[in-house]
Amino acid sequence: MSASLMQGNEAVAEGALAAGVRFFGGYPITPSTEIAETMAKLLPKVGGTFIQMEDEIASMGVILGASLAGKKVLTASSGPGISLKQELIGYAAEAEIPAVIVNVQRVGPSTGQPTAPSQGDVMQARWGTHGDHSIIALSPWSVRESFNLTVKAVNLAEKYRTPVILLMDEIVGHLRENVELPTAEELEIFPRRTPKKSRAEGYQPYEPDEDLVPNVANFGEGYRIHVTGLIHDETGFPVGSPKVTENLIRRIHEKISLADDIIEVEEILMDDAEFAVVAFGGTARTAYEAVKACREKGLKVGFLRLVTIFPFADKIIYELAGKVKGIVMAELNFGQLVGEVRRAANGQCPVKLCAKYDMTIFEPEEIIASIEELINEVNGI
Amino acid sequence: MIERSYETYFRQNRLPHLWCPGCGNGIAMKAIVQAIEKKGWSQDNTVIVSGIGCSSRASGYMDFDTLHTAHGRAIPFATGVKMANPNLNVVVITGDGDCTAIGGNHFIHGCRRNIDLTVILFNNNIYGMTGGQASPMTPLGKKATTAPYGSIDRPFDACKLAEAAGATYVARSTAFHVQHLVKMISDGMDNKGFSFIEALVQCPTAYGRRNKIGEPAKMMAWMRDNAVMKNAWDKLTDDKKIGEKFPIGLFYKAEEETYNESYKHVRELANH
Amino acid sequence: MRRQLRLSGSGGQGVITAAIILAEAAVSEGKNAVQSQSYGPEARGGASKSEVIIDDEKIFHPHVKAPDFVLAMTQKAADKYYTDLSSDGVLILDDDLVPNAPEFKNTIRVPITKLAVEKVGRALFSNIVALGVIAKVTGLVNFDAIKRAVAHRVPPQTIAQNMMALQIGYDAVA
Repeated sequence: MSASLMQGNEAVAEGALAAGVRFFGGYPITPSTEIAETMAKLLPKVGGTFIQMEDEIASMGVILGASLAGKKVLTASSGPGISLKQELIGYAAEAEIPAVIVNVQRVGPSTGQPTAPSQGDVMQARWGTHGDHSIIALSPWSVRESFNLTVKAVNLAEKYRTPVILLMDEIVGHLRENVELPTAEELEIFPRRTPKKSRAEGYQPYEPDEDLVPNVANFGEGYRIHVTGLIHDETGFPVGSPKVTENLIRRIHEKISLADDIIEVEEILMDDAEFAVVAFGGTARTAYEAVKACREKGLKVGFLRLVTIFPFADKIIYELAGKVKGIVMAELNFGQLVGEVRRAANGQCPVKLCAKYDMTIFEPEEIIASIEELINEVNGI
Repeated sequence: MIERSYETYFRQNRLPHLWCPGCGNGIAMKAIVQAIEKKGWSQDNTVIVSGIGCSSRASGYMDFDTLHTAHGRAIPFATGVKMANPNLNVVVITGDGDCTAIGGNHFIHGCRRNIDLTVILFNNNIYGMTGGQASPMTPLGKKATTAPYGSIDRPFDACKLAEAAGATYVARSTAFHVQHLVKMISDGMDNKGFSFIEALVQCPTAYGRRNKIGEPAKMMAWMRDNAVMKNAWDKLTDDKKIGEKFPIGLFYKAEEETYNESYKHVRELANH
Repeated sequence: MRRQLRLSGSGGQGVITAAIILAEAAVSEGKNAVQSQSYGPEARGGASKSEVIIDDEKIFHPHVKAPDFVLAMTQKAADKYYTDLSSDGVLILDDDLVPNAPEFKNTIRVPITKLAVEKVGRALFSNIVALGVIAKVTGLVNFDAIKRAVAHRVPPQTIAQNMMALQIGYDAVA
C-alpha cells in the first residue's frame, strides 16, 4: 500500500475497523468528532452499526450493551464528554466488559479551550471513575501509531475484558501526515473470549481463567448469564461478603498488573545517555526534536517515550532513574504524570517537570531549556 | 402444576426475592414472565435489562440473559443489545425514579428512535431502595423523606411522555389488575417498536405507610377503586375525572418503522 | 530540505482544504508532509489558517515557526500571520482583499478571488486559484501531482472548474 495523507482521528477509525470493531456509539464533541463521522460513514459498509446517542452517558451504555451482545465496540469523546463517560467506564471495569474509549484531549477543566491541545486528562484516565479499579491507557504520538494503538487497545480490551482508554490529544488527533497502513494479514487480532464449559458442565460466567480473566458468554448463546455492576462472585450474582469483595477487586487489578504484554515504551538515543527526557503523545514529537538538538550540542541526552501510560511503566522508569543523572518530564499540563515518574524513580535521580498549559504546544527550545537547566542543577552550576 | 408453569422462567436458586412483604414488584415481574410464556419467547433468546432500584432487581431472579445496569441507563444498554443482535427479544424493567428522573433523557430518546424494546416501568411513586425519597412520579402533596411537607413537584404522566416522545405502544395497568397487566405487556411485546407499559405497584414500606394509605391490601383496593378502563374513561365528562381516578388500558398504538429496520436502509445506502 | 507554509484567510475561504491538497500532493510524490490547523492562540475567532511542513526527512514537531511562505486571503490574516515569516520568505496576498499590504520585501500580489469570480464563475474556487499560485511560486511539488490531488479531493462534477481554477492561479504569476 502506498503512502497517503491521513488525520489522526481518521486513523483511529481505520484502526478500529481493522481490529474488528463493528459497533460505535457516540456524541459529537470537538476535537474528537471526526472519529464518529468516519465511523458513521464506514461502519454500515461492513455490516456494522453506528449510533449517535442522546448524550455521552448513553454512548457508553449503548456500546456496553452491544459488547455484551457480542460486538467489538468503541466510543470517542473529549473534555466534558469524557467526564460524563466515567460512570459507565467504572461499570465496564466492574462487570468486565470489553470496550475502547478514545479521549482526544483538549484544554480543561470544564469547557476550557475546546479546539486547543492538552494532556490534562492523563490522571483522569487512571482514576476518573469512582472506586478501586484497573485500567489500561495507551497514547500514540503519530497518525500511524494512532492506527496501531487502536488495534492494540481493542485487542487488550478483548483479552483482558476491561475498558481501555486510547489517550489521544488534539495534536495527534487533528494532525494529518503521510502513513502507510498495514494490510489485514500483517495484523494480529485477538478474538472475543468464549466459554470453555457448557452450562451442564457447571459453567460460571465470572470464573477466572488461568490469566485471571473470565470467559463471559455473549448474550443469546444460551448461557443465561447475569451481569451486574454490584460486587459479584463467579456466578455473576451479587454477594455482600468481605471475601467476595476482596477477591473481585484484587482480581480486576491483578489481571492487568500481572500481565506482561501491556506495557510498551520506546527508547531512543539512550545507550550512552546521562540525562533522559520522558514524554508521551503529541508532546513526544517536540521532545524528540529537543533531544536531537541537545545531541547536536554534544549533550548526552536520551529519550524515553511512554506508549502505555497505564499500567505505569514502574520498573522501566526505576531502571532509567538508576542509570541517568536526571530526568526531564515534559507534559502539556500543570504537572500530572510527573508524579508517577517521581514515584517510580524513587529518589534515585532528580525528576524535573517541564510543564505547559497555555493552550499552545511545546516548542523544542522550551524543552531544551529545561534539559539545560537540569544539567546545570545536577552539575552544581 | 400446569398453572405454575411460569416458574420455569425464574432462577429458583436466587429466590426468595429481596422485596418487602406486600410489595407489588413481584406481581409485575410475574406478569412479565407470563406474557413471555404467552408469546412463547425462548429463554435463550430473550434478554432482560434493568436499571437500579427496587424494580430493577427483578432481572436477577429471571432465568434469561439478564443485565442489571447502572441507575437510569437500562434503555441505552438495551439499545446496544438490540442493535448488536436484532434477533434477541429485549425487555427493560425500570422504576419511576430510574426511568423518569436520572434516565429521563434516555427514556424519551428510546421512544423517539422507536427501538424495538418492551419497557415496563414499575411505578411505586417513590424511591424504595433508598428509603422513600420523592420521585418525579410522586403525586402532588404526598410525603417522602425528601418531601416531608408533601411534594410540590408536579408529577410526570409517563404514558403521555412516552406517546409524545414517539413510542409506538403505550399502556398502563396495575398490580391489582393482573390479567389485564399481562395482556398489556404481551400486546406490547407484539408491537414492533418501542413499547411502554406503566405498571402501578404498591410500595407499602416507603410510600404507603408514610402517606397513611395503609396496608398492601388497602393500597390494592385503592387501585381497584380508582383505576378506570380507557373506554369508560373516555366516556367520562371532565367533571367526573376527579379525585384520584386515573385511566388504565391501551392509550396509543401506531405502526412505524423500527430503528433496526431504519438502520438496514443505512447499510443499503452505504453499500450502494 | 524542510519547507514550511502557512495558508490563512477567513473561515469558508477553503484555505484548510487547499493545505490538505498541497500536503496530499507532496505525499503522493514520496515526500513527508504534515498538515495542521489549530496550534497556537491565533486559532480562535474568524480567522482561519492551516500549516503545512514538507520535508524529505521525517517530521516530528508539527508547529510552523518562521514559515517560508505565507498566503493571506484577508487583510486580517495578512496583518496577523506574516509577522514571523522567514526573512527570505515569500508573502502571497489576495490583491483585492488585502488593500494595505504589509511592508515585506518579497511580496506577491495576485487578485485571487477576483480571478475565481471572473474567470471560473464563483468565489468558491478562490482556494484552488490560490493553490495554483502557491504551486508556481514555491515549486515544492510537481504541478501534475497537485492536479491529481485536486481531482481526487473535490466533488467529481466540479473537477473541470477546479482544474481551470488551478491553471489560472498557476498562470497568474510569472
